Order: sequence, then structure tokens, then C-alpha cells
Amino acid sequence: MNNFAKVILFSLIVILAFVLFANVYIPHIQPSPPPAEETIDVGAMTMDKFIALGDKVFNGKGTCTLCHNAVVKRAPLLEDIAAKAMDRIKDPRYKGKATNAAEYIEESEREPSAYVVAGYGVTGTNDTVSPMPVTTSGAIGLSDVEVKAVVAYLQNLAGAEVTVEIPRGVPAEKKEAQAQPAPAKNVEEAVNKYGCGACHKIAKIAGAVGEIGPNLSRIGSKKTEAYLRRAVINPNADIAEGFLPGMMPQDFKDKLTAGELELIVGHLLKSR
Amino acid sequence: MTMPSVYGFLKKKAVLACILTAVFCAAAAAGVSITLPAGSTASGVAYAAEQSGGHSPAAVEAKGTDGATQPSFQPPPKLKASDYPQIRGINGRVLVWVAAQLHLWFAAFVLAVPIFVFVIEALGMITKDKRYDKMAYEFIKVSLSAYSVTAILGGLLLLSLVVFYPDFIKYLASIFNSTMLAYAFIFFLESASLYIYYYGWHAMDRGFLKWVHLTIGLILNAVGTTLMFMANAWVSFTMSPHGVDAAGVFEGNVWHAMHNHLWNPINLHRFVANIAYGGSIVGAYAAYKFLTSKTDEERAHYDWMGYTANFLAVVALLPLPFAGYWLVAEIYAYSQQMGITLMGGSFAWLFITQAVIIGALFLSANYYLWCGMERSHGAHRYTGYIKYIAAVILLCFLVWFTPHTLILTPAELKALGGQYHPFLGPLGIMPAKNTAVNIMLIFTFLSFLLYRRANLVAVVSWARQGSAVQAAIMTAAILNIIVLGTYYGYYTNTVYKVASSVPQVASTLLVLVSCMVIDVFMFKGAREVGPLKWGKMPERSQYALFLLAVSFTWLMGLMGFIRSGIRQHWHVYTVMRDNSPDAFTPTIGYAAKVVSVAAVIFMAMVIFIFWLSSLSSKKQEGH
Repeated sequence: MNNFAKVILFSLIVILAFVLFANVYIPHIQPSPPPAEETIDVGAMTMDKFIALGDKVFNGKGTCTLCHNAVVKRAPLLEDIAAKAMDRIKDPRYKGKATNAAEYIEESEREPSAYVVAGYGVTGTNDTVSPMPVTTSGAIGLSDVEVKAVVAYLQNLAGAEVTVEIPRGVPAEKKEAQAQPAPAKNVEEAVNKYGCGACHKIAKIAGAVGEIGPNLSRIGSKKTEAYLRRAVINPNADIAEGFLPGMMPQDFKDKLTAGELELIVGHLLKSR
Repeated sequence: MTMPSVYGFLKKKAVLACILTAVFCAAAAAGVSITLPAGSTASGVAYAAEQSGGHSPAAVEAKGTDGATQPSFQPPPKLKASDYPQIRGINGRVLVWVAAQLHLWFAAFVLAVPIFVFVIEALGMITKDKRYDKMAYEFIKVSLSAYSVTAILGGLLLLSLVVFYPDFIKYLASIFNSTMLAYAFIFFLESASLYIYYYGWHAMDRGFLKWVHLTIGLILNAVGTTLMFMANAWVSFTMSPHGVDAAGVFEGNVWHAMHNHLWNPINLHRFVANIAYGGSIVGAYAAYKFLTSKTDEERAHYDWMGYTANFLAVVALLPLPFAGYWLVAEIYAYSQQMGITLMGGSFAWLFITQAVIIGALFLSANYYLWCGMERSHGAHRYTGYIKYIAAVILLCFLVWFTPHTLILTPAELKALGGQYHPFLGPLGIMPAKNTAVNIMLIFTFLSFLLYRRANLVAVVSWARQGSAVQAAIMTAAILNIIVLGTYYGYYTNTVYKVASSVPQVASTLLVLVSCMVIDVFMFKGAREVGPLKWGKMPERSQYALFLLAVSFTWLMGLMGFIRSGIRQHWHVYTVMRDNSPDAFTPTIGYAAKVVSVAAVIFMAMVIFIFWLSSLSSKKQEGH
């Protein structure tokens, strides 16, 4: 083998070694997909749902647990923040305007430097400047509803009375954003729109090869039209053998248009 | 090359430069073209908005109350997936990625080589050793062929951005349009100074003209570095935008945008890394020429060239981790969230891959130095230490390579008793890794010192004391690094963990500077044990140079991915969201495959360029 071939072979082996290392030794972690730009309907939201929203924001979009966690301790833990709030408000170092726990927590999200817990300030600022980002702007960008939902979650977490009120009245632009998408024109569009194929195998629909739910490719020969309609709008009414209740989304009755429901049921009936 | 052919060549280059300038001007015009003249009517403004799809971020001139024209900017557009053009069979993101990476590899090379060509030429003038001049000329000849390819790849990158991410490039152009035009102009200057520098080498090789030639080399470097800083400003703005309000509306001037939080850390990191990278590529070139040399004289020349290139690469490699550390510290300072994404999220595993490659870099650089000791007659005095140095570097590499959080099955988790290994777990955090990398640097420096003195015998009366002081400084620094890493890393809170890395770095720098100064004085006028046997190197040593070049190439690609990737789903972090179908962050495995394919393309292009360069040499020899 001449030198040119040897050098090329050696270089390719080095590259191959690196790529194998990155693909075999390194765990296959799929980074989270970009967060969806959701709109929140607080019109009919109960306090339990509002607290659940706060939980979701606190542990997700808000990225709060990156620092407020017991392992790395980059920031103080917040389990008892609602209980400690009044003490902090009375602290001479407090620079904010809150008068109660709910206001204090909300203020911390909007103006993190209003009060900095000792030992957690930016180096060299003598705990007067917080390293925490303002949660309502930048990469986090929480809405007013989400800020208050986090307050409700943290009050509930501390076992305190949840005093924050659910903000009613959605801004006009959000209402516009909540406008329903156009109804599906055919069954393939309807199946893809609601992601049925991710869990079910459905005949003659490209990509509908899911295996999490029952195989529906011949369901028309086994079930009646009424059964199929009920299975879509009330999935827990009848559970197929070998599957658990609660696996299928329960809100299709609110999302599907009547026409889309008929398209899907009609297609399933013909699947024999 | 005869004068007419030189003229023809320059004319072709000028045409190429014109084309590229036109492309840059077109890009800049994307921002400028919808800038209305002062005093435009409201309908004119509406027209501008209409032309840009109603959501353009482009600058619109507006008259202030005092009559002065003030530029005002629209918020960045909120894009939909349909705003990103799709071409069947082409993945826009991968094309932009590969074009950017290829451009960066070539750009790093062509910016770095003139830096050390300038230094080597100056050394040749000082020492009056013609070998330096010959080597510097060969270096610049290699980079010259790569220069055109760099420019073409830059054009391809810009074109692919314009085609696949038109709104993003329009937004950037609306802010940076003036610098893009300046970039095109400075590119002309760089081309001119490079060609005068190269083609004037022999015409200006003595007397006052040699000084003029060296000055042109200095201008070439100043212009090239300025170009890189300008491009860095665009890139760093996308990571740490400056001069924008909470709604993302740009309200500063172009200097605010350029002088953003991460600009200088990236400038420094790229400047140093380019030198190391350029050294490694020239080293690989020299290694290949060494392997294919037919005479002892040729072999000696390319051995010396390979040694010099490797020396430059290692000298730049030593401060590189510090420059990288500063960059990461500034990323944390700018956005803790971005910092955590970088070091604590899914990207954290990428740093384990990085550790493996940097381990390969250090081991290959050291191995080359150890092999190089065979050139010296007095090397046997020090060869016994090599196995200990190798053991320490390997140990440090293993510490650096140890992951923190293990990915385990439930059964393994139960058997281990937790997510972290009871003994090795503590080695996974940064204080252990900082300690390891600092010690690795000191021992690499020790390898270099031993290589340096292998053929020398100090004649100063204080030689023994000098060596003792050097040993004492190294020992004290290593102890200090270990104590700082252990105490502040494990027994205090996070703030001190991070802060303790600064005195660790200071200890290493103290060793590098003080021991080098002592060494220079100690071996001034030293007696040589025997003549250096240039060319008497085993063939396997040359593969260390190939390993260095390939590892550097791959590492740069991977680090390019992470630099860009930590913006996640943002074109401009927190300001302009990426809503394209490819906005997701790919896995490290996927990124490794893209980088590998790009690296193979790069290698093929480099081989082609070197082949072209050798054709030119043969032609000159024929004349």
C-alpha cells in the first residue's frame, strides 16, 4: 500500500472511531422538541387545573427546576416559599412592593432582584443582584396567566391557602390565535390532524402504523357504527382486551367537528 | 510563474473577488433595499412593509421631531413553517450547516497561516537563516490555494442562507448591512495584500524591500483578523443579541450589535484556535511530504517543517482551554439558562466526546515530541521520564473522560445504588475536570521542556539551581491546583466551585511563563551534545501529526455544532424564534455523522488543493 492510501485509510479510521464513539458509547438522548406556542383558555379553568398548569410551567417551559432543585442548589428551594414570603417582605434588604405571599412570588418572577436570598446573589454584588432571569421576557417568556399559575402552584406546594386569582378575560390576540383550524376535507387529513396513526394501525392511511392502541385495520368487520362513534368520543366506555383505560385522549369530543367524526367512523366501518 | 501568467492569475482572482463582493452587497441590500429615503410618506412605509410580507424587521427611516433622520426597526418577524422555502430532496439546515463548517475550516486555516508565516519570516530576518524564509514561503503557498476555496465556500454559505432562511438573513442584514458592505471592501484589501505578499516574496527579498514585504504581511494579518472579528459579530449577535428591547425591537446602533456580550470571548477563542488548527494542517502537509520524500535533504526539510508546525499548534493549544473556559463563563454570565443548556442538558454528553478528542490531541502532540527526541544525541538522559509523563497524561485524560450522570437500566441503577458511581461519580464534575486539564497542560509543557533540552547542556553556573526552581514551581502549582480543585470543588457551594478555576488557571500560566523564562536564560549559549539529526524520525511519528489534524478538524466541527445548537429553537436567541420544520435540536450521534461527512469532504478538498500546489511547484522546478 502506498503512503497516500495509508494516510487516507488512517484518517478515515480516526473519523470512523470518533463517529462510532459518539453513536455507540454516548447515550442516545433525544433533546426536547421546541416548546409549542400554546394559547391558554382560562375561561372555564378550575383552581385545580390552574395549579396543574402552574406545575407544568414550573417543571417545563419556566425552566425553574434547572436551578431550584435539591441536587445542584444553584438557587434556593421553593417548597416553602409561600410560608417564608412574609418574613422576607419584612427583611430590611427587601426592595419590592409586595404585601402578601402571592404578590411576593409574582414579584420574584418579574423582578428577581427585589429580594435575593443570602448566598445566592451574583458574585461581587453582596446579594443585591439576582442571577435569575426575568421570567416574562427572553427565552422563557411566560405570559401573565402562566406567571400567576406558578404562584398558585407554589402556594399549593407549600400547603398554604391559594390566594392568587385566576385571571379572566383573554386578550383579543389570543382569542384570535385560538380560532379553530380548518376542518379536515378527507379521512386521511382527519386522521393526520388528530394523530390517530401514532397509536393505531388504520387501513389505507399512509403512516398510520402505530402499535400502542388496538389495530383498527379490520375493525369494521367486528364493531358497529355506534360502538366506533362511542369509542372516539368516549374512549373509556369500552376498553379492548389487553389495553388500559385512560391511554387515549379524552377530549376528541370537544375537538372533532361533526363532519370529521363521520369521516373517521365511516372509514373505520369500511375497514374489513 | 512568468509576469503575464501572474497578471492573468491576479485578474482571475479579482473577478472572483468581484463576484463575492457582489453577493455580499446583495445580502446587505436585503436590508438596505427597503430602507426608505428620509421624508418618505406613510404610504411609502406601508409599501415597504408590504414588500417584505408585512412582517419585515427591516430598517425603516423615520423623521424625528427635530428633523433629524433616525433609523427605527420593526420587531423581528414571527415566522411560520411556511415562511421557510423547501426544495425537494435538499435539507436546507444540513446544507447551511455543511457549507458553514467547510467555510470555517478553510477560513481558520487561511487566517492562521499568515500569522505564523509573518512570525517565521521575521525570525528569518533576525537570524539570517534562509531556511526560515523558505519554509515561510512554502506555508503561504499552501494557504494561497485554499484562499479562493474559502471565498467560494463563504459565497455558498451566504447563498444557502438566503435561499433557505430568507427572513432570518434579512433581519440580520437590516442590522448589520453597513458592516456587510465594509466586509466586502475589506475582503478586497485582504485579497490584494495576500497576492502582493505572495507574488512579491522573491522580488522583495532583501534590504529595505524585505521590511516593506514584512509590513505587507502585518497588514495582511490585521485585515484578515478584522474580517474574522466582523463575521464573529454577526454570529455572536445571534447568541447574545445586544441593543434590542424586551419586544425584540432593535434600538441600538451597529456598534451595539457588534459589541455584544459574547463577541470578544468568541474573537479570542477563534483567534487562538485558528493558530492551533492552521499549525495542525500544515503539520499534516509536512508529514505527508516527509513520508513521500525521496532524498535525505527533503526529509530533513519536511521534518523541520512538521516540527515547527506542531510546535505552533501546541503553543496555541496550551492556552485554548482557558479561552474556552472564559467563553463558557461569559455564556453563563449572559444567560444562566443558556449555560445550563450547554453544560447540564443533553449537550453535556458532547463534552465527554470532546474530552476523548482533546485527549487524542494531547497524546498525539506529546507522542510526536517524544519521538522527536530521537533526533538528539543527548535525549537518553530524559527518555526514562517519558513513561511517567505518559501515565499522568493518561490518568488526567481518564478523569476528564469520566461522565457525571450515568444512563442506566433500572437493574443497573439498583446494583449501583444510585445514578452516580460511588467512587468515580465525584470525578464527573467540573472541579475534577479542571484539575485534570491543568495538570495535563503542565505535563505537556514538561514534555516540551525535556524535548527542548534533549540536545543541550547548560553552561551557566546556576543550571542545577535553575532546574530545582523549575521543579519546585511545577510541584507547588500542581499541589495548589489539586488543593483548590478538591477543597473548593467538593466542600463549598457552586459559586466557589466556579471561582476556584481562576487561580487554577493562574497556577498553570505561572508555570508556563516562569519555567520558560528560566529555561531560556539557563540554556542561553548552551553547548550542543551533537548536531540535530533532522529527518531521522520514525514513520509512525508522522501519523501523530495526521491524528492531530484530523482530530482538530473533527473537534472544530463538533464545537461548531454546540455553539450554534445552544441557541436551541432561536435564530437570534430570545428575539427571533426558529419555527422551521428543522428547529429541533438534533442528537449528538446525528451531529457526529454530519460533521464526519463534512470532514471527509474537507479532507478531499484539502488533498486536491495540496495536489494543485505540488503541480505549481513542479512547474516552477521545470522552469
